[in-house]
Amino acid sequence: MAERKPMTLEELRKMRREKESQLGRREASGSTAVVTVGMGTSGIASGAKEVMTALADELDAQGLSDVQLRQAGGFGAQSAEPTVEVRTERRAPVLFGYVTPEVAKRIVTEYIINDRLIENHVIDHPAADMFDADGGSGAHGTGPARADDAGDEKEA
Amino acid sequence: MAQSVFCLVCGGTACESSDSDTIYKNIKTQLAGRGFEESVQVVKTGCFGFCEQGPIVKVLPDESFYVQVTPEDTEEIVDEHLVKGREVQRLAYKEPGAETISRGHQISFYQKQVRVVLRNCGFIDPESIDEYIGRGGYEALGRVLSDMSADEVLAELETAGLRGRGGAGFPTHKKWRFTKAATDTQKYVVCNADEGDPGAYMDRSILEGDPHSVLEAMAIAGYTVGADQGYIYIRAEYPLAIERLQMAIRDAEAIGLLGDNIFDSGFSFRVELRYGAGAFVCGEETALLKSIEGDRGTPVQRPPYPAVKGLWGKPTVINNVETLAGIPVIITKGGEWYARLGSETSPGTKVFALTGKINNSGLIEVPMGMTLRDIVFNIGGGIPDGKAFKAVQTGGPSGGMITEEYLDTPIDFETLQGLGSMMGSGGMIVMDEDDSMIDVAKFYLSFNVDESCGKCVPCRIGGRQIQKLLERFSKGQGRPEDIERIETIGNWMKQGSLCGLGTTAPNPALSSITHFRHEYEASMSTGAAEEGAGGEQAAKNEAPAG
Repeated sequence: MAERKPMTLEELRKMRREKESQLGRREASGSTAVVTVGMGTSGIASGAKEVMTALADELDAQGLSDVQLRQAGGFGAQSAEPTVEVRTERRAPVLFGYVTPEVAKRIVTEYIINDRLIENHVIDHPAADMFDADGGSGAHGTGPARADDAGDEKEA
Repeated sequence: MAQSVFCLVCGGTACESSDSDTIYKNIKTQLAGRGFEESVQVVKTGCFGFCEQGPIVKVLPDESFYVQVTPEDTEEIVDEHLVKGREVQRLAYKEPGAETISRGHQISFYQKQVRVVLRNCGFIDPESIDEYIGRGGYEALGRVLSDMSADEVLAELETAGLRGRGGAGFPTHKKWRFTKAATDTQKYVVCNADEGDPGAYMDRSILEGDPHSVLEAMAIAGYTVGADQGYIYIRAEYPLAIERLQMAIRDAEAIGLLGDNIFDSGFSFRVELRYGAGAFVCGEETALLKSIEGDRGTPVQRPPYPAVKGLWGKPTVINNVETLAGIPVIITKGGEWYARLGSETSPGTKVFALTGKINNSGLIEVPMGMTLRDIVFNIGGGIPDGKAFKAVQTGGPSGGMITEEYLDTPIDFETLQGLGSMMGSGGMIVMDEDDSMIDVAKFYLSFNVDESCGKCVPCRIGGRQIQKLLERFSKGQGRPEDIERIETIGNWMKQGSLCGLGTTAPNPALSSITHFRHEYEASMSTGAAEEGAGGEQAAKNEAPAG
């Protein structure tokens, strides 16, 4: 194997900055929406792969090439799996639960296109993102405790 | 597009039972009556996890958070807020002690979970190293290799007060110090991913959702103690976790974050996987090492501890997946930050797998020191079908039951032990009034008997004897002296077994006797175990949740 020059900390940080903006929570890297499917073992067992396929098909059918579809591990709300999170510029990320392929299509046609939530399928994010400086990434933008606050909480 | 207005009504079980359905219908009807049914979408949602303040109504985009709403309140919410846009101060949530209403992230305990170990789970694509880096991944390793001495890393862990999440809660910095102090030139870092408790799946979820966090921490451990080789011992029953780990190792090596001369520091570290065949005893560290060495996975006498004489006789750090996954954050955010989370003796957070008779089952991460009541009735949303809470089994087959009177105990390593249970890996199985504690104890004892390696007598024979006695009780054939017999044998097992499996194996039986002796006594007089076999069935059904 060819001799490779070791990565430096500066190069790592540069990679991070580039990727950070792409992962951007507020503005979704030029996409109108970022759709993430929870694909841990339990998510897959409850049908996440079928949901992923249904989302891809419906995004295709609607011609929404600017929506980014991706996977992640479990969100934590295992009883509500399959789970799908949609990040848009309109508001804080929304987590949908009990998603079937049918509900997946509605996420595209009703939420992403028409900004209507889906009855009985909106669930709460289990916790705030500890890296989110302003603490505002809970579902619907409400509520999350920042990890930094938790220490004070116990003294209260 | 104009921003849509949403009115979210909590449809969680606890809120439903306190009229949230009527509230939902009222709001819809009243909006329609005022011609606003098109401009405001009313949606019933999943549980908000703040059940003690329910029913809860949220309005977006204003982020208003109304608590303890009654059906009589809806007209005011509709007329004032949804029609005129004026928040209803009277119903808006105020934090205790706060002068003004709280909204958005000001509500510090509305979401009681704090995700440190699970920080990336559900956030990044676990198959993308770029996304891990985009979330600050490998920054900790970079800093350690560029700017920190091994002693500084150890000091940070000590400040953090990090204790092993595999169950025993041994201080991580001490373990690492023992290995660092050893003079051997070859040392190893081993990640224990042999998760085997029925109902526990936190390690699997971390490896499936954020595999690089474990690799990064292993490299930090390697640098600190002077090891250049790591092994992850993972059960073959976790194919997706294995696949993602393999991919993560390959990707990290490809860009030089594992392998030779990492960050041009001269430090080299490699990680390989070793597969377990699913023997519970192989989660015990000495048995695990035997299994990696290719021998039959049976425990050996300690000391010497693996930290001094471990894999192939070399000093070896063994840490659990969850312990490792938190370490990069401790480095980047600092030990003091971490120590502020959690309780005094048990800093930080703990991941629990909440299963059984509970509305919101799933993986949760909370600061240590949270009460069981908060976990079960707020985060967990309480018991389904209006049944009464009976007990929580923590610590899996090594743990015990915690009853209603202890619901307000802050949970940490010490308090659980004080209650005759243990932290274990973090399984929490909730049981309701229908579950027979004799059958639950029998289920766990049978598990431990099956999983006993048979090497030492107290575990091999003692476990079997207790199991037989429990079977007698569950058939209603128990005799008064049998209760005492279980206790006697159990205590022998605790004192005489070779490894942790044997010393903790009688716990479910002993704990059920401590807290539910009356069920044993009742089973003798009625000739059948109280409430039949519900408990065993429940434990079986619910164990593999997630």
